[in-house]
Amino acid sequence: MYRYDEFDERFVRERVEQFSDQVARRLDGSLTEDEFKPLRLKNGVYLQLHAYMLRIAIPYGTLSSRQLRQLALIGERYDRGYGHFTTRTNLQFNWPKLRDVPEILGLLADVEMHCIQTSGNCIRNVTADHFAGIARDEIEDPRPTAELIRQWSSQHPEFSYLPRKFKIAVTGAEQDRAVIKAHDIGLRIRRHPDTHETCYEVSVGGGLGRTPMIGKVVRDYLPKADLLAYLEAIMRVYNLEGRRDNKYKARVKILVHETGLEEFTRRVEAEFAELDGPSINADPAEVSRIAAYFAPPTYRALPERSTALETARAGNPDFDRWVEVNTTAHKQPGYAAITISLKPVGEAPGDATSEQMRLVADLAEEFSFSEIRVTHAQNLVLPHVKLSDLFAIWRRLGEAGLSSANIGLITDIIACPGLDYCALATARSIPIAQAIARRFAEDTRQKEIGELNIKISGCINACGHHHVGHIGILGLEKRGIESYQITLGGDATQDAAIGEILVPGLAAEEVPDAIERIVAVYLEQRQAGESFIENVRRLGLAPFKAAFLELDRAA
Amino acid sequence: MAAVAKRPALPAILLANDLLDGDVVFASAAGETLAWTRDPALALVADDDTGAERLEAFAVSEFAAQRVVDAYLVDVETSTGRPVPRHYRERMKTLGPSNRRDLGKQAGEGIAPSGQRA
Repeated sequence: MYRYDEFDERFVRERVEQFSDQVARRLDGSLTEDEFKPLRLKNGVYLQLHAYMLRIAIPYGTLSSRQLRQLALIGERYDRGYGHFTTRTNLQFNWPKLRDVPEILGLLADVEMHCIQTSGNCIRNVTADHFAGIARDEIEDPRPTAELIRQWSSQHPEFSYLPRKFKIAVTGAEQDRAVIKAHDIGLRIRRHPDTHETCYEVSVGGGLGRTPMIGKVVRDYLPKADLLAYLEAIMRVYNLEGRRDNKYKARVKILVHETGLEEFTRRVEAEFAELDGPSINADPAEVSRIAAYFAPPTYRALPERSTALETARAGNPDFDRWVEVNTTAHKQPGYAAITISLKPVGEAPGDATSEQMRLVADLAEEFSFSEIRVTHAQNLVLPHVKLSDLFAIWRRLGEAGLSSANIGLITDIIACPGLDYCALATARSIPIAQAIARRFAEDTRQKEIGELNIKISGCINACGHHHVGHIGILGLEKRGIESYQITLGGDATQDAAIGEILVPGLAAEEVPDAIERIVAVYLEQRQAGESFIENVRRLGLAPFKAAFLELDRAA
Repeated sequence: MAAVAKRPALPAILLANDLLDGDVVFASAAGETLAWTRDPALALVADDDTGAERLEAFAVSEFAAQRVVDAYLVDVETSTGRPVPRHYRERMKTLGPSNRRDLGKQAGEGIAPSGQRA
């Protein structure tokens, strides 16, 4: 894992001191709310419905046991004993007091963490494939790239006041687990077909929210050494030409759309040609220094299979099912990655108590080189676990209510905090997720349905990624009540797609029945081995719409 | 940020977030003057323009005095004898997260058990 050098350390500590002073000046009246608000937002402090909220950056979703324990401590000491992992792989505390925030920031700095650039019109937390360095389909670990971008974008003077927020994601694998096509910039590490060198495919202009769009490729093969200069060229075109007159049209996706891909690309390439690459691109020595932090841990040489694991699986069907659903093949023989579900049926998606955080930190320390990952789907990962240790880990997770075997299934629902917490929300998300999870809780039923991603947002800003859910649910207000719109056919992977509206407005209590109806069409019409999303792609929306029309006629 | 948003239909109450703690507070009558309470049941209901203007003036002065943020009037109905916001969003602010009944005002946080002002 990356470790702060003296500059990182000093920078974060200075920020804590600055913010402490800003809070003091707000309280004594020398700063007005109008002056203070942008300052608190630059440090991740929002005002929500019931309290302030503090958003802590978890760069590319990688955490150490020590860091996760510190988050558990903060949750216990300054909050209500739990936190919420977000789709940006950050952690949010829902109840901090403003007077405590400087102290919390100090505790975060003690473990090389902060809240900088988790809000505001700047480059936000860079996310990456949660199986970075593990996945068998990986060409190269995306985290050194993500860390390089983090360093370059932190307090970048030219890009601190962008027209709007800016999100970057990186993957180094064939399969996209980082939703790169729904980002302002998505980077995919790939090999050049002729030279076989690793390069970046650069996509720009993806994004969800009010106007969802899939990112478009502006460069097929960017030499790795040119990354920062090329990013700078994109940012300059956006900073100069992105709209500042209308916040709903200020994201780079609108600029790309209005300018046209060809012309936008031409402007980026022209800017790139003008820039002095060598003065912007990272020094190769620095790139190597960063990359060294992400070298694989010292694995033991193990056989591909574990008889201890096979015996345990044969003797325990629940464990067997959990291994099947929640573990992922590892590059290293004899190891696996575990995805710990933060979606126990009936709980708020992505929430973890301080006790649960401590347990995961302990398990990581004991079994996974003290490393944890946060996924954009609001789950946690123990990335490097020996197959022979899986049974012991599963038992301990079970004692803490963390052994749900539902990763990628219908109850592994993404949900934003919605109107239960968020000041921007137009409807609740969490109770909808809870009701659907309860309806489909039975394991055999989940297994029969197979992979199905439901994603729920409580407003048009789409923090719950509903546009790219196989089934998306958007909570709105209609005539003074909560109303839910259902979309179908969204996809967050390399086959990224925006879902189409199936049902415009349902009452909250009607949503589980609607999901039943959609699933019934799939189960009835699927071909052998066909997943839900493949089925929707083959059939289109018509048979699903017909099912709802029948319902209306029957009513 | 404007201290007070557009006035809603009456009757209405004034709510805000405490600057230091962030939790939701309501303007209530304290003799001749106004004071903040954490208890929505004790919120002062303005039935007419004079009452609403008094709440708005309080919002402006308290905002300026660095005691609260995000202060605005909320229309309520009073048929149960206590003010209940008409809109579900504002009702959430008088209760707390619906998935965690153990937290927020619905769990009595910041509210004196006797119903006295906290």
